[in-house]
Amino acid sequence: MPGKLKVKIVAGRHLPVMDRASDLTDAFVEVKFGNTTFKTDVCLKSLNPQWNSEWFKFEVDDEDLQDEPLQITVLDHDTYSANDAIGKVYIDIDPLLYSEAATVISGWFPIYDTIHGIRGEINVVVKVDLFNDLNRFRQSSCGVKFFCTTSIPKCYRAVIIHGFVEELVVNEDPEYQWIDRIRTPRASNEARQRLISLMSGELQRKIGLKVLEMRGNAVVGYLQCFDLEGESGLVVRAIGTACTLDKLSSPAAFLPACNSPSKEMKEIPFNEDPNPNTHSSGPSTPLKNQTYSFSPSKSYSRQSSSSDTDLSLTPKTGMGSGSAGKEGGPFKALLRQQTQSALEQREFPFFTLTAFPPGFLVHVGGVVSARSVKLLDRIHNPDEPETRDAWWAEIRQEIKSHAKALGCHAVVGYSESTSICEEVCILSASGTAAVLNPRFLQDGTVEGCLEQRLEENLPAGCGFCHIPYDELNMPFPAHLTHCYNCRKQKVPDVLFTTIDLPVDATVIGKGCLIQARLCRLKKKAQAEANATAISNLLPFMEYEVHTQLMNKLKLKGMNALFGLRIQISVGENMLMGLASATGVYLAALPTPGGIQIAGKTPNDGSYEQHISHMQKKINDTIAKNKELYEINPPEMSEEIIGSPIPEPRQRSRLLRSQSESSDEVAELDLSHGKKDAFVLEIDDTDAMEDVHSLLTDVPPPSGFYSCNTEIMPGINNWTSEIQMFTSVRVIRLSSLNLTNQALNKNFNDLCENLLKSLYFKLRSMIPCCLCHVNFTVSLPEDELIQVTVTAVAITFDKNQALQTAKTHAEKSLQRASTDNEELLQFPLELCSDSLPSHPFPPTKEHLESASSNSGIPAAQRATSVDYSSFADRCSSWIELIKLKAQTIRRGSIKTTVTVEKASPVGEGNFRNRSSPPCANSTVGVVKMTPLSFIPGAKITKYLGIINMFFIRETTSLREEGGVSGFLHAFIAEVFAMVRAHVAALGGNAVVSYIMKQCVFMENPNKNQAQCLINVSGDAVVFVRESELEVASTQQPTANCQPACAGGEVTT
Amino acid sequence: MTSELDIFVGNTTLIDEDVYRLWLDGYSVSDAVALRVRSGILEQTGATAAVLQSDTMDHYRTFHMLERLLHAPPKLLHQLIFQIPPSRQALLIERYYAFDEAFVREVLGKKLSKGTKKDLDDISTKTGITLKSCRRQFDNFKRVFKVVEEMRGSLVDNIQQHFLLSDRLARDYAAIVFFANNRFETGKKKLQYLSFGDFAFCAELMIQNWTLGAVGEAPTDPDSQVDDMDMDLDKEFLQDLKELKVLVADKDLLDLHKSLVCTALRGKLGVFSEMEANFKNLSRGLVNVAAKLTHTKDVRDLFVDLVEKFIEPCRSDHWPLNDVRLFLNQYSASVHSLDGFRFACSGCVT
Repeated sequence: MPGKLKVKIVAGRHLPVMDRASDLTDAFVEVKFGNTTFKTDVCLKSLNPQWNSEWFKFEVDDEDLQDEPLQITVLDHDTYSANDAIGKVYIDIDPLLYSEAATVISGWFPIYDTIHGIRGEINVVVKVDLFNDLNRFRQSSCGVKFFCTTSIPKCYRAVIIHGFVEELVVNEDPEYQWIDRIRTPRASNEARQRLISLMSGELQRKIGLKVLEMRGNAVVGYLQCFDLEGESGLVVRAIGTACTLDKLSSPAAFLPACNSPSKEMKEIPFNEDPNPNTHSSGPSTPLKNQTYSFSPSKSYSRQSSSSDTDLSLTPKTGMGSGSAGKEGGPFKALLRQQTQSALEQREFPFFTLTAFPPGFLVHVGGVVSARSVKLLDRIHNPDEPETRDAWWAEIRQEIKSHAKALGCHAVVGYSESTSICEEVCILSASGTAAVLNPRFLQDGTVEGCLEQRLEENLPAGCGFCHIPYDELNMPFPAHLTHCYNCRKQKVPDVLFTTIDLPVDATVIGKGCLIQARLCRLKKKAQAEANATAISNLLPFMEYEVHTQLMNKLKLKGMNALFGLRIQISVGENMLMGLASATGVYLAALPTPGGIQIAGKTPNDGSYEQHISHMQKKINDTIAKNKELYEINPPEMSEEIIGSPIPEPRQRSRLLRSQSESSDEVAELDLSHGKKDAFVLEIDDTDAMEDVHSLLTDVPPPSGFYSCNTEIMPGINNWTSEIQMFTSVRVIRLSSLNLTNQALNKNFNDLCENLLKSLYFKLRSMIPCCLCHVNFTVSLPEDELIQVTVTAVAITFDKNQALQTAKTHAEKSLQRASTDNEELLQFPLELCSDSLPSHPFPPTKEHLESASSNSGIPAAQRATSVDYSSFADRCSSWIELIKLKAQTIRRGSIKTTVTVEKASPVGEGNFRNRSSPPCANSTVGVVKMTPLSFIPGAKITKYLGIINMFFIRETTSLREEGGVSGFLHAFIAEVFAMVRAHVAALGGNAVVSYIMKQCVFMENPNKNQAQCLINVSGDAVVFVRESELEVASTQQPTANCQPACAGGEVTT
Repeated sequence: MTSELDIFVGNTTLIDEDVYRLWLDGYSVSDAVALRVRSGILEQTGATAAVLQSDTMDHYRTFHMLERLLHAPPKLLHQLIFQIPPSRQALLIERYYAFDEAFVREVLGKKLSKGTKKDLDDISTKTGITLKSCRRQFDNFKRVFKVVEEMRGSLVDNIQQHFLLSDRLARDYAAIVFFANNRFETGKKKLQYLSFGDFAFCAELMIQNWTLGAVGEAPTDPDSQVDDMDMDLDKEFLQDLKELKVLVADKDLLDLHKSLVCTALRGKLGVFSEMEANFKNLSRGLVNVAAKLTHTKDVRDLFVDLVEKFIEPCRSDHWPLNDVRLFLNQYSASVHSLDGFRFACSGCVT
């Protein structure tokens, strides 16, 4: 009996009139948890009843505490007939189960009815007394923190990042049970809401158990999804990244972290805060104090040699600082071997994170994805959901092998999704193959900290672009060049990833949202035949989506995609593909070539003319886009005199002096000759159509930018105004014109118009950027296409940008001369600094001895499978993209070095940004954002995960304003309920908010509609930076403060 | 390709002031779109008509949902569904309760009943205000009337408290409620030259001076029926006004009053001779109007009578406004010095 739940019902307000005669209501409340129910007194004849109930106490297992929601039902008392329900409130008490989060839930909750929507509010107070239970065989996992945020939460430090956790639970869908025929829609909806609430509680508990097993204490990047499989059941599944997090408080917390954290976790597995004394609340430590490593239990326990690819490449080595580079040679092979052995040890080296601590990500291989079409069958035994588990395991295996083929041992930015139509289900998984820092693979010991310091010496902004695979033994034909930044390593000519742009990446100009949209007709078919038809179509869709993405990327004059998300949805008679990503120009990658159009019949004169006309249009568009997104890759960096960023210039000179003496310059110049353009062949009307559609994408109006990543590359001076929104559109296709082209055009128009509408609606916020633009497409019925967009508009200050650049430059100049402390942000400064200034000089020896201890036996290393055998297993589409990529013309940049753009969150920026007007700081306002941060503010506390599921149904659709009125009201209600829950937890914002599902069904003939919405996010408390300012200036480490905050914004 | 569903929901509810105005003015979505197109917004923003249509629909839907809350403004403040910054909330309420001068003149003093509501068609055609907007304004009047009708205390305060209106707007509503309650006739042709502001001014003075609350005779007996302290005229006071008859009935008193006024105003009035000549008529007119006020019918005709009996004679003699004011002040001041007359104020007109 390890928990006591206490609930008090205080009052109600704005209740609906339930008694027509008196225009009043006799309300009372039922409080239910598990199988226990309490009732309040009836408050006669009042629309604003005051119950002021006693404390209702429930004595329950912590297992139940995790699984069950608290269910509060408001009813109207009726002496003669049955009591009428007014509505319900479900409260997830999970946030009360770990000590750091909320201690009490108290506030006004909207009373929700699945038929009538919100009907008044109720004031409730909930508390939990939890007794510690050290039973090792327990089934609960109280205390494991969950975060939707796909990066290390702001006020935490990752001690260990353990890795992938997944779980799924299945059940019968109440909507499809026999009883549904006789019960009311309300009862059915409530049964469903309750079941899903219960299932997600159970799922969370089970995941928590896995985390505890791995000796972690938190799940980051937690993504929970529902699969409404109809007849065959209801699947709730979740993935996440298990971590051991440590609350950041003051810089003093740095030292204890260097003790063996894993040991600590063993000793105090249930205590959230191993060092409560050292962690006082206050401004957080700079990120540079963080250590990241894998737990010994599940990690790639492999030898961590001091010879790292990147280290040996840094100018530092060239300068002869002598701290690294002992075995500069065959480490790639070694790396592969290590990778191999590591893979054998770990089931799925996946990470749901999309942003990482600096130095964590070494190389990025590219996007890996896998899809599989399955026929749904009834889940016979819900307790053993083996089939679903097996399906996902299969897909994950495939992803893993794709990653291997790319020479990567891990997959980051990993996500999974499904699309279901009737009994066919497409399972998709995608991620970015990556090489993570091998030195993070050991214990988070003292060495870890040292490594962390060393890690800062990597070449900023290009390391992750370097290919992880062997250039002589490439998994697919790709065109490689020397890195335009460091000129040492090979880079691909384009890079696709599912992660956010790394903080330290060097970007030229601004980014933009790039979308590929595609429809394909499919014959209506049943079961197996249907599945086969879909499987046959999939590869073509993937191919076309990628072609479109590549074309659009070229058209924008950019060379990399971040946050790539490809969604393939299945409907009865068509398949839809929607890919969204943020295009950027990475300085390290070569300049993309143009697009050349080639006609099939060159003899025809007018045709020729037409082609050349198109060619001109395309060239113009590219030029215009380059101007629009400020993509001006420097031709000769030395000639840029009076550059606003002198500090990087200084660095570049340093690099230059070095590279001039090497052979690489010549090598690179040679590559100039090959100007093979990216050729688009127009051989039929389809291709013509494609080219046309390329040109129809209109850029956003001036003052607007959009991206689907967390932050917009190239914009850094955010002001505090944010507006999160959801927009839904459904179009009905006329069945007459159902050709692929017409479909494509309709779909394209739908998306473009939607974007245009957004720009128009938000015009008052200009200049602003739509961030985290998340499109989802579904095919609810035969001729219906539904597109749902959730995004946040953030204002930024145009004028400040200039100042920022200036101050940033000034600041960095000062720093370059005086300050050795800023290793984090300007790592290369270390080269010019003398090494003794390094706080931990005896690095290498110490490290090696440590690593050999923890390393695996040499024999095992030797037996590892040769990497190249995996090459042919590489998925077809990776090959396809890269094949495409191969034909891209080499760029025209002559120098290897590029002027580094101010890092998106430099100190100066921060300083300028830090005093925004807090216009909206009214009490009671709850901000919502899909981002993990709030511009101009600092998150001080995470209160717990918000994961809510609602059903709304109506039998009076016309009276509620038709489908639009119905859904508009429902979404507004969902927002309201999320805000109310956050406010009741004591929070003032939801970050990493996501609307995971919005299933809308209508039956206008019957005047009915139904909608299911699932949302989640992290409830937080934030403080405006202007309010923090006073505190931070008093800090002795004031210098570090901005760096910390800067990292905070982007990680 | 037809759009089945098209919505936009922001965490902070977007309010477009221009669209709000169009909605309040009762334009249909298509009319509103046409008007917006004419305003040149498409050129400014580079948007298409379809975008404008969708945007307008969205806003209309939002306003439609907000309307229920606007009927009880405190609800708007406490509701959780729409997150609206306080300044915007105030704007929504203020604009919603704002009314057209032309409209209010039509219904001022009329009973706020279903019958009047039926006449809104005519008012709409007459004033050029859309029927929808007329209905909104009429319903606002009626709603405010219903809420404050039975309340004690200051009319303006009550309105402000329950409808969260600005001071100015609350005062206007107080006047409307006061007029509706007392059913003062304001629609006669003779009264057409008077603006709402004129009546509102009168209403304020009357509330201040003629009502139960004003007389300061708050009933000590809580069970007494006098609830509408600011809305009903003080019957006792009206009864007392009958005593004024003596001013014109008693010849001596009339002469004395006249001489007092004339002495005081000699040389100060541009129309002194006319005043002196007409004093008896004017005084009789005023006193008769006052004395008749015990009859409900005559209360309703108060303004008509005042115009007929006092203002028109003055106007025919081309009295300047200032002279009228001086005369009336002196007229009432002199009464005090006559004998035990209680202070009796006459409504100052224009």
